[in-house]
Amino acid sequence: MKLELHIWRQKGPREKGRFVTYPVGGIEEGMSFLEVLDVLNQNLIGRGEDPVAFEHDCREGICGSCGMVINGIAHGPRRGTTACQLHMRHFSDGDVIFVEPWRARAFPVVKDLVVDRSAFDRIVQAGGFISARTGSAPEANSILIGKETADLAMDAAECIGCGACVAACPNGSAVLFVGAKITHLGLLPQGQPERLARARAMVEAMEGEAFGSCSSHRECEAVCPKRISISTIARLNRDYIKASVARPRHASGKVQEPVGT
Amino acid sequence: MHPLGRAYASTVGKKYAMAVSGVILFLFVVLHMLGNLQIFLGRDALNGYARLLRVEPALLWAARLVLLAAVTVHVVAAVQLTLRNWAARPVGYERQRYLATGYAARTMVWSGPIIAAFVVYHLLHLSIGTMHPDFVHGDVYRNVVVGFSVPYVAAFYMLAQVLLGLHLYHGLFSLFQSLGASHPSYDRWRQPFALAAAVVIVLGSCSVPAAVLAGTVR
Repeated sequence: MKLELHIWRQKGPREKGRFVTYPVGGIEEGMSFLEVLDVLNQNLIGRGEDPVAFEHDCREGICGSCGMVINGIAHGPRRGTTACQLHMRHFSDGDVIFVEPWRARAFPVVKDLVVDRSAFDRIVQAGGFISARTGSAPEANSILIGKETADLAMDAAECIGCGACVAACPNGSAVLFVGAKITHLGLLPQGQPERLARARAMVEAMEGEAFGSCSSHRECEAVCPKRISISTIARLNRDYIKASVARPRHASGKVQEPVGT
Repeated sequence: MHPLGRAYASTVGKKYAMAVSGVILFLFVVLHMLGNLQIFLGRDALNGYARLLRVEPALLWAARLVLLAAVTVHVVAAVQLTLRNWAARPVGYERQRYLATGYAARTMVWSGPIIAAFVVYHLLHLSIGTMHPDFVHGDVYRNVVVGFSVPYVAAFYMLAQVLLGLHLYHGLFSLFQSLGASHPSYDRWRQPFALAAAVVIVLGSCSVPAAVLAGTVR
């Protein structure tokens, strides 16, 4: 299989980028899209040129490192698939493929296809956790969780933080990502004590970054490699509004945190 | 800061405000259409209804102030959110393929201002009468018939109703999300509800200028 790749090349965050055309041959159906970039990079290194920078780690669709817009769709044309799990049997010989980095003010380009997604880390640091004492693990069955609740929490917990939702959103909004975290923790009993404080802290951290707002275009849901539902966004909105009108019970003005933390 | 002010400072709070004001404006559109449809019951029914609305000026002005407040919130929040959204993607894509969004959703930011401009014209045309060829205060039936007898005026009214329908089609779906109303038991009805309500509004509102143009209402 031979392809014509048009790849966004940008030397650094402040450099001006442009598309460069690369014909790539010897592509096999079983290769992943990242392996096509590997082949290209071997050619580039052989010619003494700078290889295309792209992020990758597990290459099995669970780490959330890889991510690029392939022919106008985040992670490419297959639904529920990361770029590393996108196989070349879904393309045809002679295809012209445009490869671009995530485009968002909150995700500045570092180099070529690599963007800085640390805005997501700052949101998680603001509240994407539960506070628990360390020490010996409690008996797992001491807190019972219904199967349905566990399943819904797991659906949201599948989010790998790849950023495709932001990349695909016409507004560059991060609410699907934040909604997934709020839903995942907010559904489980362990997440209840900090539920409202979490919603408030995470939404306010999100507002501090350069993300846009939700317009219910549903593009995020369509490209999400883990098929996170926009019902998580509704839950985010519900919890945040509840947190906004909830009267703080603590003299500090903060929503109360669990005892012992 | 007051909790509500603090909530409004966020995009989530602004969307909530847009949803609440949107619901108020939607309910007005429904009542307005039901009022207008009385034209099919004859001159006395429509003019009688118009008089009824003015029986208690305090009540009329209270309703107008609520609507004005809703419009203000809706427009201000929309402008603030749109500017933020445009700033969120300074460099666009060379190729972008949409998978889920539609024409109505992507043109909200344009259908909104056009509807606002139409409302101003509509008030000057049929409420205040300065843009009406032969306005008679109190004779709503006659004003409507004379006004819509001009074909391009009737056509512009119907075009505005179609844009309003598109705006409502997306807005009536999106407001459930903004208000946090999502549950597996009714999620699949949100889109059909928005479509049905939008179609009813468009057909109901267009029926009046269409009937005048066709000569069934004279």
